[in-house]
Amino acid sequence: MNLLLRLTSLALLLLAWFAGSHLLGVRLLPEPQTVARAIIHEAQSGALAFNLGVTLARVAVSFSIAMLLGTALGLAMGRSPLFDWLADPWLVVLLNLPALVIIVLAYVWVGLTETAAIAAVALNKLPLATVTVREGARALDRTLDEMASVFRMSGLVRLRHVILPQLAPYIAAAARSGLSLVWKIVLVVELLGRPNGVGFEIGVAFQLFDVTRILAYALVFVAVMLAIETLLVQPLERHVSRWRPRPA
Amino acid sequence: MSPAGVQDQLDVRIERKSYRTASGNRLQVLGALAFKLGNGEVAALVGPSGCGKTTLLRIIVGLDRDYEGSVQLPAHGRLGVVFQEPRLLPWRSVEENVRLAAPDASDAALDALFATLGLTGHRRHYPGELSLGLARRVALARAFAVEPELLVLDEPFVSLDAALAARLRDELIELVSRRPVTTLLVTHNLDEALALADRIILLSGSPTGVLATVPVERPRTARPTAELAALRDEIVRKVGVR
Repeated sequence: MNLLLRLTSLALLLLAWFAGSHLLGVRLLPEPQTVARAIIHEAQSGALAFNLGVTLARVAVSFSIAMLLGTALGLAMGRSPLFDWLADPWLVVLLNLPALVIIVLAYVWVGLTETAAIAAVALNKLPLATVTVREGARALDRTLDEMASVFRMSGLVRLRHVILPQLAPYIAAAARSGLSLVWKIVLVVELLGRPNGVGFEIGVAFQLFDVTRILAYALVFVAVMLAIETLLVQPLERHVSRWRPRPA
Repeated sequence: MSPAGVQDQLDVRIERKSYRTASGNRLQVLGALAFKLGNGEVAALVGPSGCGKTTLLRIIVGLDRDYEGSVQLPAHGRLGVVFQEPRLLPWRSVEENVRLAAPDASDAALDALFATLGLTGHRRHYPGELSLGLARRVALARAFAVEPELLVLDEPFVSLDAALAARLRDELIELVSRRPVTTLLVTHNLDEALALADRIILLSGSPTGVLATVPVERPRTARPTAELAALRDEIVRKVGVR
């Protein structure tokens, strides 16, 4: 039933696309089959896989850095009021700095390099992860902390078995919103200062007014991110919440 | 050094303990209070609800350091604590909960412990799938698995029905007699104290102090009900606690 609804919804989207391309003309909005042919052509030349791979690698690295640092910072700020007071103004500044400013400044200061690109994306995501995990760290169960302390559990055991499971829902929320944010920003970073990747290809297509190619790259990329979400993020969420009693 | 066996395992001397209330006043919860526990001795702290028993326990196990006085723990300070609530990690199975607290426990020791407490069939269950009685058993298993030098129990059978509480009490007696361990039991239930303890320390209301110390000489496994009833009446007459 759910699947049927989803398929109907997708079919409607395709129908709207057809209608749109007839209304606007194929130059502004090419028909689905034209885009499909372009995808196959790009795939056969190997350019699609290469650009997709490069972009995914950038997403993976900057996402991991942002999540790791964000979780550590959020945990520290949620646990220590002193550190929270110290770091909060920085966090507010970073949260309110537009993504474009961070990207441009990173390229100006570091140069048009991979490091600058990755750092810019990670810095954009970092404050959001920190804020979310900080909320989780503030809500940690003190009674379990006391239990761990009287049984002399080591720091590593406490982190892994007492603290992280409590933070898991917050980390999962940060990861979900983070993944969609990161891949959008990665495309901008590639557009502005990288010689390859999906963002770069879309930039070139934009200059040539090649809407077919823009749609081809965008659709494939969205499909890949959707696959990562359903095949990786959701099973991971199910795994970390396996202990919750399921409603009968 | 005192000769082996008579060395005190726990030496508690508290001058006072007070809280700062929200309005800024200081509220004294514990007055001057001192007692010692010998090696393998089981003592019960009995007093009315809300008299500061839990505060005293928190000081003894080191969760509260804001007090005047001193607490001397056993040499290695290995503690087994059973809190009022089971305090299990909901995301770890029964067995993992015990093993995380007692990483050095042998498989054989755990098998025996789980068998005594009737937990063998629940090793893979998560705490959310257990009744309160079972969860309390897991908390007991965890405290015993660390082979503690000092076992501290804070109202371990509260909010269980009488029959279940009695059965768990018997299991606790079996565990303590199998491997003697210095034990401090906090309860407001005099019968529980009479069944388990070698010595009953009666506490007064706030600020808490020691009202009287009553020895219970009979071995735990053979305590005639009549004798206990007489002792109970004597205590009730003496201090008026119930």
